[in-house]
Amino acid sequence: MTAAAWNAERARAIIDSHRSLRGALLPMLHALQEEFGYVDADAAPLLADSLNLSKAEVHGVITFYHEFRQSHPGRHVVRVCVAEACQARGSDKLVDHLKSKLGIDLGETRADGEFTLEAVYCLGNCALGPSALVDDQLMGRLTPARIDGALA
Amino acid sequence: MSAAITLYVPRDAAALSVGADQVAAAIVAEAEARKLPVHIVRNGSRGMLWLEPLVEVATPAGRVAYGPVTPENVAELFDAGFLEAKPHPLGHGLTEEIFYFKHQQRLTFARCGVTDPLSVADYQAHGGFAGLEKALKMTPAEIVKEVTDSGLRGRGGAGFPTGIKWNTVLNAPSDEKFVCCNADEGDSGTFADRMIIEGDPFLLIEGMTITALAVGARQGYVYLRSEYPHAVETLREAIRIAYEQDWLGSNIHGSGHDFHLEVRVGAGSYVCGEETAMLESLEGKRGVVRAKPPIPALEGLFGKPTVVNNVLTLTSVPVVLAQGAAFYRDFGAGRSHGTQPFQLAGNIARGGLVELAFGVSLHDLVYRYGGGTATGRPLRAVQVGGPLGAYVPESQLSLSADYESMAEAGAMLGHGGLVVFDDSVRMDHMARFAMEFCAEESCGKCTPCRIGSTRGREVLDKIVAGIDRAANMILLEDLCTVMTDGSLCAMGGLTPLPVKSAIRHFPEDFA
Repeated sequence: MTAAAWNAERARAIIDSHRSLRGALLPMLHALQEEFGYVDADAAPLLADSLNLSKAEVHGVITFYHEFRQSHPGRHVVRVCVAEACQARGSDKLVDHLKSKLGIDLGETRADGEFTLEAVYCLGNCALGPSALVDDQLMGRLTPARIDGALA
Repeated sequence: MSAAITLYVPRDAAALSVGADQVAAAIVAEAEARKLPVHIVRNGSRGMLWLEPLVEVATPAGRVAYGPVTPENVAELFDAGFLEAKPHPLGHGLTEEIFYFKHQQRLTFARCGVTDPLSVADYQAHGGFAGLEKALKMTPAEIVKEVTDSGLRGRGGAGFPTGIKWNTVLNAPSDEKFVCCNADEGDSGTFADRMIIEGDPFLLIEGMTITALAVGARQGYVYLRSEYPHAVETLREAIRIAYEQDWLGSNIHGSGHDFHLEVRVGAGSYVCGEETAMLESLEGKRGVVRAKPPIPALEGLFGKPTVVNNVLTLTSVPVVLAQGAAFYRDFGAGRSHGTQPFQLAGNIARGGLVELAFGVSLHDLVYRYGGGTATGRPLRAVQVGGPLGAYVPESQLSLSADYESMAEAGAMLGHGGLVVFDDSVRMDHMARFAMEFCAEESCGKCTPCRIGSTRGREVLDKIVAGIDRAANMILLEDLCTVMTDGSLCAMGGLTPLPVKSAIRHFPEDFA
């Protein structure tokens, strides 16, 4: 997961390329996050300007959705499912293992910038839990040993 | 041995999550080393997820199944002669003779796992686009009547008659109308939307196109959750191919009808599965629930008449058109017509997807198909219908899985997901989790949901900790009543369902 450094020119070009869409704000935010790894605070005025919205409205949208990040994630993002079906298969133990292995709590990024650990509600892999998304790789039937292998 | 042998290795996300790509690569490498020509098709999943990665070998008698296969198994499978469908400890014989699969009634999932998901030719060879071809020769009113007569009801959970919704949109005068597919499948324990989109994406495209013809819409959106990156990729590719082959776009196959379709990706908000919150999100706003009326059928996306249907509703439409309303209507029980793709999840030995007519008992689903718990411990509870669904105790599993029977028992079928728990589950913890989830995911518009869920979590924290239990239980009951009666949508309105069912059926965990 290598993201480009924030660049207002590039951001403006990304925003412009989505302007023809109706209801364009979410696609724009996804595209910005795809490029930079997060949505920079300086993006809000650019988006507001492009869509004729107030900065507050744009900020409201960015903060409503769990998916949009306001700061750089770690180089690897581990999103572990904590919903009922994975709980029934022991996701609690997997979460505890990840916390102690990575040395961070859910929702945190390690100081060295290597890992971000997040909780997610359901990855649609409910028959093969516990599950996690490691970067873009969906993993099922997870055990501490299997996730350690993926993070090595 | 000159003709290449065809093998199937699924590309479904669940199969990938347990190494299907590595298995496919290992098969290619092993076949090359042995100079045996093989042709690998990356199909959808058959839905027997506990056997994934499930590798199938094509034989004159049908496909023969091996699973769960790991890359380490591949060499021994070749040694055992699996290319000639010879026995091996991982072998299960003919795929379609496996009990789990053989007794299903697959209407919606008929092609899933059978075909190459991105081949239009394969899709058509297995009956695809037959429904649309019929619909192109019908009037909008005739299509709506066919769907109404089929008894098809909304598979998203509410069970509203699809034909009636479509008729409202058809008769709403407007210069512009929309078809929106709700693919924000956020319920834990459900994965049918994901599976059909990854395994048979043209079916959704066909269903939405028929819907558009029926109501007079020219633009459609699929609101697909961001947690499903594989489904997003597959559907976008399928849409691109459909445009290329004239199944989408302007003047579809010279019919004079236009339909344009676009995928929009959600952003991790559960409440956007509520139809009006989804419309707000599609418009680029916060996913805040709208007050109804006006209903979306009259004032939906961008204020225009809009059909909002779930993936499983829209993917049931082609078979209704192709085979006729009477054919579809004959499946089911009481007023629940047709089939439901049930999803067996959580602590279950044989997890996967089982499509059957409504009316099968929960017991049959959990035991005959699911094989009981994965841990082998006694089953204690099954949560039916997602995080807003009731916990059903083992003693009530004789319940018939149809809309009316479930409602009568104070439960709901929802999107057809069953999450199984063994006797290690603590129901006070699960009740607390229901409130926590609601607090986390509430859109914040109405007070009973926004504040009620937070207070509910606090009260349950005290109950779990054993603080003043009797008084706090009364408080919790009160709070549940307020949330049920006062919330704007199902999020706050149904969160008390898992909480109260846990208390009712498992009082010992709250004493």
